[in-house]
This record gives sequence, structure tokens and C-alpha cells, in this order.
Amino acid sequence: MIPEALKRELLERTARAEHPREMAVDVMYALQGYYGYMSDEAMEEAAEIVGMTPLELEELATFYDFIYRRPVGRYVIRVCDSAVCWMEGYQSVVDHLTSRLGIGLGDTTADGLFSLIPVCCIGYCDRAPAMLINRKVYGELTPEKIDRILQKLATGKPAAGEE
Amino acid sequence: MLPQVLFQNRKPRRIATMEEYCGSGGYRVLEDIARGKYSPADICRIVGEAGLRGRGGAGFPAATKWMSVPVDGAYPRYLAANADEMEPGTFKDRMLIHVDPHTLIEGMIIAGYAISASKAFFFIRPSYDSSAMILERELERARQAGYLGDNILGSDYSFDIILHRSGGRYICGEATALLNALMGKRPNPMKPPPYPTVKGLWNRPTVVNNVETLANLPHILRNGPEWYKGLARTKTGAGTKLFCISGKVNRPGCVELPIGTPLREIIEEHAGGMRAGSEFKACLPGGASTRYLTKDLLDVEMDFDSLSAVGHRLGTAAITVFDQKTCLVGVTLNLLQFFARESCGWCTPCREGLPYIRDLLWRIENGEGREEYIPMLRQMSRDVWNAYCALAPGAASPVESLLTFFEDEVREHIRLKKCPFSRPR
Repeated sequence: MIPEALKRELLERTARAEHPREMAVDVMYALQGYYGYMSDEAMEEAAEIVGMTPLELEELATFYDFIYRRPVGRYVIRVCDSAVCWMEGYQSVVDHLTSRLGIGLGDTTADGLFSLIPVCCIGYCDRAPAMLINRKVYGELTPEKIDRILQKLATGKPAAGEE
Repeated sequence: MLPQVLFQNRKPRRIATMEEYCGSGGYRVLEDIARGKYSPADICRIVGEAGLRGRGGAGFPAATKWMSVPVDGAYPRYLAANADEMEPGTFKDRMLIHVDPHTLIEGMIIAGYAISASKAFFFIRPSYDSSAMILERELERARQAGYLGDNILGSDYSFDIILHRSGGRYICGEATALLNALMGKRPNPMKPPPYPTVKGLWNRPTVVNNVETLANLPHILRNGPEWYKGLARTKTGAGTKLFCISGKVNRPGCVELPIGTPLREIIEEHAGGMRAGSEFKACLPGGASTRYLTKDLLDVEMDFDSLSAVGHRLGTAAITVFDQKTCLVGVTLNLLQFFARESCGWCTPCREGLPYIRDLLWRIENGEGREEYIPMLRQMSRDVWNAYCALAPGAASPVESLLTFFEDEVREHIRLKKCPFSRPR
């Protein structure tokens, strides 16, 4: 169960909406933030808050790219594979990430830290090749830059020589 | 000096504050509205005279859309700002929010007043979370300053803006699908009539405008329609345009230029020209849903009418440049991979047709192509026009134009039984 305070906040926001369903995706994001992904239990809790059946909510959860119905790593790495990034080195970025993390696209590392998935154009074509990790965008990727990012996330500390 | 309107408060590496926006004349129009200087009809008339056309891709006149809200239409009425920018190559809405968020907020309040709306929804894609957080913070500042909320600046006009993040799908940028998304329904497109301006969110009149369109409003009202029309480099155009340039140029980025600036000038002067060793082969002039534009049209003026006169579309004005070393079969396959994956699945021509096209392109690119695939691709590109919404015909544009302008390159793949270009790494 989500904490009482979070539930109260979501119920209040839902009460202010034009219609409870307006909050469906927002509530799923909030629960996903708490649980890490939308488990069946989370789906039931979310559905109750927005006054929908779990099946009605499922129609949305399975449609959207940023709602996860399966467990994902603490950091979800989404590599842009659309035209500009594809031209500017998407394949080397993916090759480097898969070899460093030892997983393929769609997989999660055994320690539960990283998931790797391709994503369509994230609107950072001026900084291609680019990727999104949780909420943050990283552009102009090189193998060295990717290593620094991964190390910082894995250890919670920046690599030597980086702020 | 190039006139900077939407980007006039652009600062290196930071966002313009509300105070800086006010210092440049910001919220002056809203003060005038609160003092009763303009009626909603006045705003529609002035914006109509200015010739502002929608900046989201379709180029529909903004005031005409507003005026299609019936005079006796029901209340409450809504405004939806479309920042679900997912057209590959396009990032102008993100830039706009990161440069001067209050020009957009004031624009939304003005549009809301023009259609007598009491509430607006700001709908933004999830990969723009940093933009969403900026906007949430700045909306709160505007609320504190009395620009939003009940009885704005002491007037009897009340209006507020609610931000929602999309769950993330390309279809959500389609106006009618966006409305379904906001209502917490599966975002299928809906076929008008009734138009959203008659029956939109919860069956109430609703106007959906692109954020760049909205950001133009304070400037049009402040400086007048003649000034706005004078900004354009074409006779029929009006205003400036945010152009996003990406691909094989030296300085990819987003620049504000007079609408109608020639393509060659944009690439050579404002994007630093082609990269060393790269020659211009083609570009997508307005995002992934537009046709490839070839060298012979480099001097075309980048405006709605001038592009449509030569069979092209301005779209989102996102220019992606390809060079002679880039395989356009490969690019088209990549684009169709995007469109096939992002098809919402609601109608058959799009759901079944796009993967079919993608598979034929995959075979050609990977040495399994056959001559007969060319007429098949042509036929399929026409067939997807039977789709329910405009996104499928958009997806067919790069395919159709590949076969029109680069048929030899496609045949070369089939003849050699492999791609004659080296793969990008």
C-alpha cells in the first residue's frame, strides 16, 4: 500500500480535476514512482483512486511507453533510435551500453540497477546521439561519456576528474 | 540584426525569469485585458489580421479556429496547449519553454480569454520532464503574481492552467487523440465533425493550439498585425518561425528566423553549413512526416504557401539534413520503424499498412529486395491514406518521395543485393 499522505494528496488532486479519469496517468506516475513499476496491486490502488476498474486502467497502462507493467531497474536507460540519432551513432551507443552492462535491449541487470530500452525520438536531435535515464537527458554521447555516467549512477559518486 | 521575438529574452544556458519577461514588455497585454481594452472578439480580429497560422504542423489560421467556437457554445470552455512534441527532428517547443516560459504562459491566458475559457490544460510529453518542471514552477510564480487564478489582476476574468504529463505515445500529439488522453481515455483519434471547438473535452468547446502558436500572441497584441506581417520574408506569410536544424550540418540547433527565409540561407548561415566532407543530398523540411526535398529546391522560401506551391509541407519546420554518404533507404526504414511502432492501432490501414511498408524496406535495405517491391511500396503508400487520422499519410510521405526522387538508389540496392552505403556507427 502507498503511504497514507501520498494517497490523500492524490485523492485531493483527483477531487479538483474536471473528472477523476483526468488524473489516470498522473496517478499511475505517482504510484510507479513509489513502487518502481505498476504491479497488479499498484494497478488496483490507482484504479480505486481515479474511480476506474483495473481493466479500464490497464487499457491505458499497456498503451503508454512510460508506464511499466513489469519490474524495471532503478535506472531506466532509454536510447533514442530515431532518424537523427541513428545517423549520428545510435548503434555504437547501444553496442557500448550492452557490452558494459552485459545485457541486451529490453533487459535489466541482475543487480536491478539498470534497464536498457530503445525509445523513439526524445527531441534532443541537436545533441545526437542522445539517451534518457529516468528523467534526465544525456546528449552528444561518446563511450567515455557513457562510462562516466554509468559509474556515477552505479556508485552514487562522480568519476575521478568530473564534478 | 535578425528580429528575435519569441527568443528575445534568450540567455546563454539559463531560463529568462518572470521579471525579465515583464521587463521586456511581458504581461502588458494581460494588464490591458484586465483594464477592459480588448474584448474576446477584438483579440480574434487582431490575431486574424496578423495572419498567424498554427505552428504545430498543419498551419491552420489560429483565429479561424478560435472563431469556430459557437457563439452560443456551452460553458465551461477549455484550451489545450499541445507540447506533446514527438515529430522526429523537432525540439522547438522544448527550446521555447527553456528560453522564456512566460511568453507561453501569457499567450495561453490571451488565447483562453479569446475563446472565453476558464481552464487550460498544458499537455507535455514525458521525455520533456525538465521542461514540465520549469513550467510547473513558473505557473506557480504567475499565480502568485495574480496573472492566473480567480479575478486576474482585479478583473472579472478567471483562468487557470493545469499541467499533465503524457504517458508517452506519438498519437497523443494528434489534436483529437490528445483530448482523449487528457480525459483519461485510450488516446484514439476522433473523426470530426463535431470539431473539438464545438464538442471537445467532456463535450464542451475546446481549442487545441501548439505552444509556439500561443507564444506568438503577446507579441502580436503588443506590436500590432502590420508589424507581425512585416516580419515575414514572403508576401503571404506572417511572423517569425522557430526552425530546428539537425543532421549533417556544423551547428545543429533551434533558431528563430523570419518565416520564408530560404532553405539554403538557413543551412549555410544559421546552421554553419554542411560538415566537412558532406554535400547536401536531401532534407526533410518539416519533420519526419514531410517529403524529402532535393538540391534543386534549396532556394525555396521556408513558408507554408511557398513550400506547398512546390509540393512540400512546412510541417513543424524541423529540417533534418542528409548528405551524399547517407543511405536514404536506411533513413526511410528507420522512419517507418518509428511510425509502425507508434501507430496507435485504432485503424487497419495504419496498423497493418505501416509494418508492411517497413518490412518491404527492410528487405530492400538488407539485400533481399525484388523489383516488384517498388510498385508494391507505391501502392501501399497510397493505401495508407485511407487511415482514420492524418498521421498515416504523414508516414507515407518519406516513402512516396523516396520512390519519386531516389528510385535509382532503391533499384541499386535491389540490383546489388545489398546496401551500397556503409552503415552509420
